[in-house]
Amino acid sequence: MNMLLECQGITKAYPSKQALNFTNLTIDRGRIVGLLGPNGSGKTTLIKMISGLLVPSSGSILINGFPVGIETKKIVSYLPERTYLNSWMRVSDILKFFSDFYANFNMNKAVDMLKRLNINPQDKLKTMSKGTKEKVQLILVMSRDADLYLLDEPIGGVDPAARDYILDTIISNYNENATVIISTHLISDIEKILDDVLFIQNGNLVMASSVDEIREEHKKSVDELFREVFKC
Amino acid sequence: MSWIFDSNRPIYTQLIEQMKLSIISQVYPAASKLPSVRDLAAQAGVNPNTMQKALSELEREGLVYTQRTAGRFITEDAQKVAKLKENLVSNEITNFFQKMQTMGFTNQEVLDAIHSTIKEELSL
Repeated sequence: MNMLLECQGITKAYPSKQALNFTNLTIDRGRIVGLLGPNGSGKTTLIKMISGLLVPSSGSILINGFPVGIETKKIVSYLPERTYLNSWMRVSDILKFFSDFYANFNMNKAVDMLKRLNINPQDKLKTMSKGTKEKVQLILVMSRDADLYLLDEPIGGVDPAARDYILDTIISNYNENATVIISTHLISDIEKILDDVLFIQNGNLVMASSVDEIREEHKKSVDELFREVFKC
Repeated sequence: MSWIFDSNRPIYTQLIEQMKLSIISQVYPAASKLPSVRDLAAQAGVNPNTMQKALSELEREGLVYTQRTAGRFITEDAQKVAKLKENLVSNEITNFFQKMQTMGFTNQEVLDAIHSTIKEELSL
């Protein structure tokens, strides 16, 4: 079975707002998927439900055949929008923390990536710039040998050179059993590394297609199509 | 080799074109071994599945073949590479003449211009 993620009729309703209203969504293993949509369209809500931080109002989510829970948290590596790490911690502390916490954390990989980005493991988080903090968090998340990576806005705050390195990291960590879901606004930067894109708008899935299909059909890049579909 | 992509065409077709250019320009000589899909994808900065798709197409056209366990190789058939080169040249020339036509030059004028350019280059 090649299916990794299966969402069926999931919704998330708040008293004043219907945040998400999905019919169905399935994602196979070995894909890099872009989750694209304007601000407030429900990207983070969806990611949080898949990671288990939010519970859907209705519908079901299965990851590798398991409902979201202990079994799925083992195989899902989640990069949140905002940091949850304590700022007094040193990078080396956090590395230990992660290897304690996650059986699939690959310490060598993490140390190697930190070195390549010139991040000193003895530095404390609070002395770091916003971009460097983001890099550290992404490294932690990508260093787990997970089945599903959920990256919520992973490249927003980092400089273009580091962005290239991060995208490189995603490509070179690619394995055919794992899937990466990336939510972002920086479409033109990541378009080349995506297999599929999901457009969501006001909590609805308005398009699910492959990047090359979009380019073939619309004679446009995903970035251009996005600007057209979500024109303000 | 740097990889540059147009934004309005599928990426895999552009990968195929650039791989073909690399084959005829001997970046990847006949019978040589190609880097792994993952390495090629990383070089080009594209998704490995997209690179895989492009390589499959090249394989279908007989320009690349897979040897079980050993990897992917450029065809040993020199004629195939020569043919590829011919096709590319004639395509480029056709495009060039079309472009010149839209700019209002007759084929003869273009030919004359080509001749004089070559002469100038020779006399340098």
